[in-house]
Amino acid sequence: MNFDGWLLFEISLAGLGTGGLYALTALAFVMIYKATKVVNIAIGEMLMIGAYLFLAFTSTLMLPIWLAIPLSLLASALIGGLIERTLIRPMLGESPISSFMVTVGLSSILIGLVELIWTADQQRLPEFFPSKPILIGEAFVSPKIFYGFGIALLFIAVVLVTFRYWRGGVALRATASDQAAAYSVGINVPKVFSLAWMLAGAIAGVAGIVVGSIGGVSSAMGAFGLSVLVVVIFGGLDSVFGALVGGLLVGVIEALAGFYLGGEYKILATFGLLVLILMVRPYGLFGTHEIERL
Amino acid sequence: MRIGSAKETYAADTALFDSTTQRAWTAIFAVALVAFPFVVDDYWLYLACLVAINVASTAGLNVLTGYTGLVSMGQAAFMGLGGYTVAILQIRFGSPMLLNLLAGGVVAMLAGLVVGLPSLRVKGLYLAIATIAAGVLAHFIFSHYTSLTGGTSGLTLPPAQIFGLELDDSFKLYWVIVPITALMLLGVANLFRTRIGRAFIAIRDRDISAEVLGIPLLPYKLLSFAISSFYAGVAGGMFAYFFRAVTPESFPLLMSIFFLASVIVGGMGSVLGSILGAVFMTLVPEVLKLIVGWLPLGDNAMLVLSPVRTIVFGLMIVLFLIFEPHGLAEVWRRVRRFFHLWPFKT
Repeated sequence: MNFDGWLLFEISLAGLGTGGLYALTALAFVMIYKATKVVNIAIGEMLMIGAYLFLAFTSTLMLPIWLAIPLSLLASALIGGLIERTLIRPMLGESPISSFMVTVGLSSILIGLVELIWTADQQRLPEFFPSKPILIGEAFVSPKIFYGFGIALLFIAVVLVTFRYWRGGVALRATASDQAAAYSVGINVPKVFSLAWMLAGAIAGVAGIVVGSIGGVSSAMGAFGLSVLVVVIFGGLDSVFGALVGGLLVGVIEALAGFYLGGEYKILATFGLLVLILMVRPYGLFGTHEIERL
Repeated sequence: MRIGSAKETYAADTALFDSTTQRAWTAIFAVALVAFPFVVDDYWLYLACLVAINVASTAGLNVLTGYTGLVSMGQAAFMGLGGYTVAILQIRFGSPMLLNLLAGGVVAMLAGLVVGLPSLRVKGLYLAIATIAAGVLAHFIFSHYTSLTGGTSGLTLPPAQIFGLELDDSFKLYWVIVPITALMLLGVANLFRTRIGRAFIAIRDRDISAEVLGIPLLPYKLLSFAISSFYAGVAGGMFAYFFRAVTPESFPLLMSIFFLASVIVGGMGSVLGSILGAVFMTLVPEVLKLIVGWLPLGDNAMLVLSPVRTIVFGLMIVLFLIFEPHGLAEVWRRVRRFFHLWPFKT
């Protein structure tokens, strides 16, 4: 068998496409973690909610797509804020393990709600990407993945710029680096917590719409969150840069493993990577190594 | 009303039961357990066996998570290892049931030791996520090592045999499963009266302080993993005998979360909590089934049931964490205190 360079390139590109979405979702995860120190295992389910909201706005309410997208992002942001106020806020000051378990419960609640409202069956989101195939050199890229990657990149850029220059973004970063200091300079920290969850909800919503329009929506699509979990552990829970690098890398590795070894090796490769990184750098590639003091 | 129980010796302080009342109630409970199979129908016996299996596994996880403070999301994987070991031994060699269960426990224990190895470097939630990897790996082995595990279709067991008697229904299995679970619970309860158990608690409260006090972390953390996965393995073995089949899908990640939820709902770091939590979490879906059955939903009832179960499962974890973080064991203690002090206000 001769080695086909273009094929490898093509698969890597497809992987990068998924990786972009991983990176975007991981960004939402990292935002929550940095601001509130909550490990949100329900990120995959928040993504699913975004996709289903989009489904509701387009298929049920028959809204045009240009209106449905901002509306579903707004609604996912509101749900993110609601989750923070009702479930996360009472856990302030509790052990990180407790708030982690709250998000475990949350993921069950969200899955149940989706199954109750929309049933567990797989459904398709309306098509809104151009369907003309894209060729880079000799490599063929599915248009959905190509535009999905584009959207992911765009939103990652928007989020990064927002973080850097917007007042709220600065407040977020301040809270992340030192809560007490942020309080003392007059930042409303509880509000920042809500803000972080709302932004994360919206970002997860974007990822959800794209993921849903590539592979359809079902109540099991939260499993996407498992790979995202690996991504953030890989890059370091509190590192934005790590989330981006990790997302792309995990995407490519999954695609390669899936193609050369078979579909069922995908998740094995992802978790193999996880075990490897935990052995070498337990706090992730770019995460802060916390120094424990008594 | 009971006023103060003055304890004059250290042995009295660490005793399993600290009063005659408690001993009496335990005896009554034991008698009730013996009488139970004779007064109820098959459905309740089925539930009782299921509850006993879940109690055993939850008790194991409570040692690891509740007492040692290491969150594991791989309990179902260890149960799977135990279940598959038992199934393979039973089918290939037809060895005696109790020996198989022991072997299942040991195999799971060895796997637990391996999974526990990173626990020294990897802490808290990183560890929780790393144990998910164990579950994924176990699932992969179950579904791909076809020559041994039967692949995705799994293995089907003949009924268990003990002293030539075929244990082919819940009534007969009850007499094996419940005593084993009781024995395992006794083991956990006694564990925390020993040096090892107290070392676990010290590690949970602050691992660095524990090490300063002269508790070597790695051996004790590994020991905790070993005990927990041994319990899971035995419980998994009983699971295999009970359902007479094991497939890769029998032990999903959701099951690990179920046990973690049982530990939380019951009460972390409490033997009573393991029992209450597992009983509660196993029975709630059944109660829901009853309630949904009563509601005038017609044909929709079954359609609604599964999502409602999922929601209630999640709600239970969340509500307990927010409103009753010490779990049912704490509720139990409150009720007891009320009766101790009655007619005075608590």
